[in-house]
Amino acid sequence: MKLVVPSIHYLTILPVLIFFGAALALVLASALARGKVPLVVATSTVIAAATASLVVNYFQWRCVARAGASVTIAHAIVLDDFSVVASGVIALSVIMTALVAHDWAIRERISGVEFHILALASSSGALLMTQANDLIVIFLGLEILSIGLYVLAAFDRHRPTSSEAALKYFLLGGFASAIFIYGAALVYGATGSTNLSTISYFLGSNVLLHPGLLYAGGALLLVGFAFEIAAVPFHLWSPDVYEGSPTPVTGLMASIVKVGAFAALLRVLISALGTQLDTWRPILWILIVLTTLVGASLAVVQRNVKRMLAYSSINHAGFILLGVWAGTIRGSAATLFYVITYAPVVVASFAIVTLVGGVGDEHHSIERYQGLARRQPWLGAAFAVLLLSQLGVPLTTGFYAKFAVLAAVVDTGGGALALIALISAAIAAFFYLRWVTALYSDDAPEAARVAVPRSTAAVIAFGVLGTLVFGVWPGPLVTLAQHATVLFTP
Amino acid sequence: MHASLWLTLLLVIPLAAAIGAASTRKVEGRAYVVAIGASVLELVLSLVVACLYNDHVVGAQTFDFATRHVLAAPFGLAYDVGVDGISLLMVVLTALTVLLALLGARVRRQEPAFVAWMLLLSCFTMGSFLSRDLLEFFIFFELTLIPSYFIIAQWGGKERSKAALKFFIYTFTGSAFLFVGTLYLAFMHQHEVPGSALTFAFGALSTTAMSHGTAVWLFIAFAIAFAVKSPIWPFHTWSPITYAEAPTAGSIEIAALLAKLGTYGMLRFAVGLFPLALVGMRPVILTLAVIGIIYGSMLACTTPDLKRFVAYSSIAQMGFITLGVMSGSTIATVGAVLLMFNHGVITIGFFLIIGFIEKRRGSILIKDFKGLQGPAPIMAALFTVVMLASIGLPGLSGFVSEYLILIGTFATHSWWVVVATFGVVAAALYLLWAYQRVFHGKAEGANAEIADATPHEQWVLVPVVVLIVVLGVFPKPVLDRITPSVQQLIHHVAPSGVIK
Repeated sequence: MKLVVPSIHYLTILPVLIFFGAALALVLASALARGKVPLVVATSTVIAAATASLVVNYFQWRCVARAGASVTIAHAIVLDDFSVVASGVIALSVIMTALVAHDWAIRERISGVEFHILALASSSGALLMTQANDLIVIFLGLEILSIGLYVLAAFDRHRPTSSEAALKYFLLGGFASAIFIYGAALVYGATGSTNLSTISYFLGSNVLLHPGLLYAGGALLLVGFAFEIAAVPFHLWSPDVYEGSPTPVTGLMASIVKVGAFAALLRVLISALGTQLDTWRPILWILIVLTTLVGASLAVVQRNVKRMLAYSSINHAGFILLGVWAGTIRGSAATLFYVITYAPVVVASFAIVTLVGGVGDEHHSIERYQGLARRQPWLGAAFAVLLLSQLGVPLTTGFYAKFAVLAAVVDTGGGALALIALISAAIAAFFYLRWVTALYSDDAPEAARVAVPRSTAAVIAFGVLGTLVFGVWPGPLVTLAQHATVLFTP
Repeated sequence: MHASLWLTLLLVIPLAAAIGAASTRKVEGRAYVVAIGASVLELVLSLVVACLYNDHVVGAQTFDFATRHVLAAPFGLAYDVGVDGISLLMVVLTALTVLLALLGARVRRQEPAFVAWMLLLSCFTMGSFLSRDLLEFFIFFELTLIPSYFIIAQWGGKERSKAALKFFIYTFTGSAFLFVGTLYLAFMHQHEVPGSALTFAFGALSTTAMSHGTAVWLFIAFAIAFAVKSPIWPFHTWSPITYAEAPTAGSIEIAALLAKLGTYGMLRFAVGLFPLALVGMRPVILTLAVIGIIYGSMLACTTPDLKRFVAYSSIAQMGFITLGVMSGSTIATVGAVLLMFNHGVITIGFFLIIGFIEKRRGSILIKDFKGLQGPAPIMAALFTVVMLASIGLPGLSGFVSEYLILIGTFATHSWWVVVATFGVVAAALYLLWAYQRVFHGKAEGANAEIADATPHEQWVLVPVVVLIVVLGVFPKPVLDRITPSVQQLIHHVAPSGVIK
């Protein structure tokens, strides 16, 4: 028997290779170098790799514009505008996180490059998920992404909660992966392939007399994804993990996991199972209602800001799911637009939480934020903008993100669903505003000024300016998101 | 120069001044000077616009100074401004309110931030009234929440956090319905012609064909948002605490101005876009309005503090405005638009005087006052003028508008007017009674020591008194500007309702 080596289009997988290559280079450097690799070198490597990936994204975009979307490595990896934009967002989030983590590592006296290696490796998994055209590759990406994050969650060895978070994440994530791969197996059984295009072609040209196997498989896939994006009722890990993990890691988790998981979810539900729209839509409907309402309501009763942001991100996951529910080009574009705008905001928010957390990363009660804007007007105002953007007020990107998904939903006849989601936003307003009020409160306890190192300040400024500039002028981002999804939806 | 530049200037001036004022942290008092200068300029500009306004621009449906630029086509986002007879008065009121609020209720603590928020609020309110595009209107409508929130939460009374939060959440929830309704309407319009672009332009949307049921649902969605903002009974529960806890300048902005966004939106959007719904919904809203009139009047009699007193009397007055807006009669609708302006001016007067008293005594509880008329005769006189206008004394502005509303509505919905007229009597009751308790009798203790209105305070109230008297005696120029636009609106919605 002759082994056929599939042809490889290297430009397609170059971002993944760059990220993984940089991780390996750091591993080798730390093993070969005499003494420790300086932190600056590690951070620079991460930023260089992510920047290189962004440059490659540009050439990929040109390539797609010239030759159209293409698949490679036995149709398992896809190169289209959607993957290019999603990869770009991941690379951007990684750069931002690396800058925040740099200052954090100095403050916490963490030397060594393990953090950076794991972050790079994890991100390469997320990149793979955005490009996957095969259930097995999605699984692969998911595992690479998660395993790195399990370790990162436990990175703060001094705090027992960090290990607890990692263990919880590991156990539940392991379950989710198992459920996902079982779902993939069942879908394979029903359709004879794990390739998304083939599944789509098969379902489009055949009528399943006994669709039970496919439904079961699809449902299990959905459960696997719901775990990753922390949709209610599969969200239970997320508050504990967000709280326990070192704060820069939480920021990374909240951004790249969402981008990767939603990119893959869109491909599975729209590209592969698009013909089964009427079957998965009601399930998603219930999932969205629960996710938005429970996320917002439970956030209100939290006193720990990291838990609050965890529930807030659950609420956002519900909103992003709205775009998937729509099942149209507009919906997919809205989903992409939402993650593009949400990722920088959430990383910048966690950057501020990292700063306020102080040495030991322990001060995360809302009282810490009393009068922050009085003591440090710029930092406080920046945080207020980030919170208001997450709340979705006009003149921030958060408004247009919500506008985009809600428009897509209303366009496909989901007025009631849109209304429920908006009511959850009104509930969420309660805790975002309470936080803003705390920032500006007068009766603040005497607290030390929060030190703002330069590179973290740059990240925060980037997040704030991004949300304000594109909040006033959303045109370019909308066009980008729309362009990126035109070729993608069958 | 394109005529729309006037309106763009109306938006840019307060915005630029807000940025300018916020960046003068170092120099004491400079922010205030910047803010006053900008507000005066804004008022002059708005008066120029009001004088130049021409209701016969070809193809513009009584809109003037109009322009439209699409900003983000996939979202249907556009910059689309213009004024007609209905928004014209509101534009002037916006400029007037911020100027008088700044002049009469100066806040010295963190002044740059305060005046910056006030100017931003004026900019966003102006934007709402100038919008001819539903999405643009919604964006400005939502944006007004942010400055109001910060003004209440930072410069308010003891319960300010609670009041600010309540205000924000109520309005935000209300506008959720408006948002979904807006999207639904826009997509319905887009799907009428396959392949057409998404648009939120008011003129285009008002031609959308829809079934009766759809119209009713959309009307309800819009009406909830505007009823919360107005506030119309039973959506009013945020208003007493908000008016009471906000700093005086904030109370003025919210009660005199932001509340008008509710009735304005009700008239322009809820009524203007869904004429089919009116047959069924008119009696409902009219009933709520009448309940609001009676309820507001009754609670105004019993409330213990002066700011809540104005809040409840405002609920009653907003009931009158809603009555006119929903009447389907041209006369009553013109009256309602005029009352929006007059009530704004009267409310500015009330809150300014209450602010003066609060500054002297540190209290707004009615029971703390007695016989202020003796030591402060000028203040009492000014209060009397404002109060009599609010009661609707002939010769003062309140009379003209209330009279128009009542006779206009009587022709179309007589029974509601029969009940609502009791509200006029009740207004006399609660206002005179409150006046008696505060100003009559023999002043003792701290009340006897109270200083009369200073020249500055008198000058601030001069525009209020002048407007009250002039609009009471000679409202014709204003009515002439309102009427064509209202006629056109009523004509647009008439086939489904009563024509009067």
